[in-house]
Amino acid sequence: MGKVVVVTSGKGGVGKTTSTAALGAAVAKTGKKVALVDFDVGLRNLDLIMGAERRVVFDLVNVIQGSAKLSQALIRDKRVETLFLLPASQTRDKDALTEDGVGEVIDKLRSVFDYVFCDSPAGIERGAQLAMRFADEAVIVTNPEVSSVRDSDRIIGLLDARTLRAEQGEQIAKHVLVTRYDAARASRGEMLSIDDVLEILSTPLLGIIPESQDVLRASNLGSPVTLSEPLNAAAKAYIDAARRLEGEDLPVVVPFERKGFLDRLLGRRAA
Amino acid sequence: MNLLDIFKRRSSAPVARERLQVLLAYERRNRSQPDLVSILREEIMAVIAKHVQIDQDYLQVSMDRGETMSTLEIDIQIPNKSAVPLAMAG
Repeated sequence: MGKVVVVTSGKGGVGKTTSTAALGAAVAKTGKKVALVDFDVGLRNLDLIMGAERRVVFDLVNVIQGSAKLSQALIRDKRVETLFLLPASQTRDKDALTEDGVGEVIDKLRSVFDYVFCDSPAGIERGAQLAMRFADEAVIVTNPEVSSVRDSDRIIGLLDARTLRAEQGEQIAKHVLVTRYDAARASRGEMLSIDDVLEILSTPLLGIIPESQDVLRASNLGSPVTLSEPLNAAAKAYIDAARRLEGEDLPVVVPFERKGFLDRLLGRRAA
Repeated sequence: MNLLDIFKRRSSAPVARERLQVLLAYERRNRSQPDLVSILREEIMAVIAKHVQIDQDYLQVSMDRGETMSTLEIDIQIPNKSAVPLAMAG
């Protein structure tokens, strides 16, 4: 039986989709069978980040409504053969997803794949609640910034109340993934530190992804950064986070300011 | 502006941290207990709506939440002409 991991945040634009793609690809590269499911009905983007936007024929809603088989809707990645994508629908019908339908799809995926990553839409409405509903674990993507941390706290409350596991009295494993971390700004006291974020959310840390131009470039190219530039600092951080998600005991190193004269001159970012 | 001001302006993170801690302590407390005032508001409105057609223009609801006491104030004007009880009309 595979593990279902929801990637969520409450706030939009913090890096849920990018992180889903990067983590999923990193896990798949180790040989595990991985499915990425886009729950953002009406505003799908995981296909674009994965570079599969022109290969979408059927989607999650088609599968739930029975107009396509799951095997028809799953898109196999061209780079990693154990990586699959189940795209969201572009329909404007908010009620296209039903709880029973989602449950059935997740159950089928769970029986075939080692990992199922559910890319949650922003917000705390129905779509976000369905994305987390059947999860065993949650990755809470947080930027070191007040509104993101507040929304993450809200999402943690929902994970503990509205998931099937929580309702059955079981624990849902939660991990905070701090993204867009700028070591230089944090060291100057301009940005919440990792300790601040963890203390406020009192949830274990999965990893720290440094702010990086390469993440944007990877999105532009339609490739998870862990596949296109695995040696980049952000990609390495994602790969380490994926290993921790798989249960490996790997210490998290907080990126630190390390700017030399030349770096300053060239405007390079530390970490 | 002296040197101290420059220093103060730079360290905004501790302020962020403190504001968040205060805010989240409050939000978590409210989250754990069902919001009585909101429930009352909804149920009272539902009961009134069952008997009287409520015109949104003549409706004022205000909630005031305090540390030890909260108040719910509902002010509904029922014009005599349109105040036809739904139960009787239906």
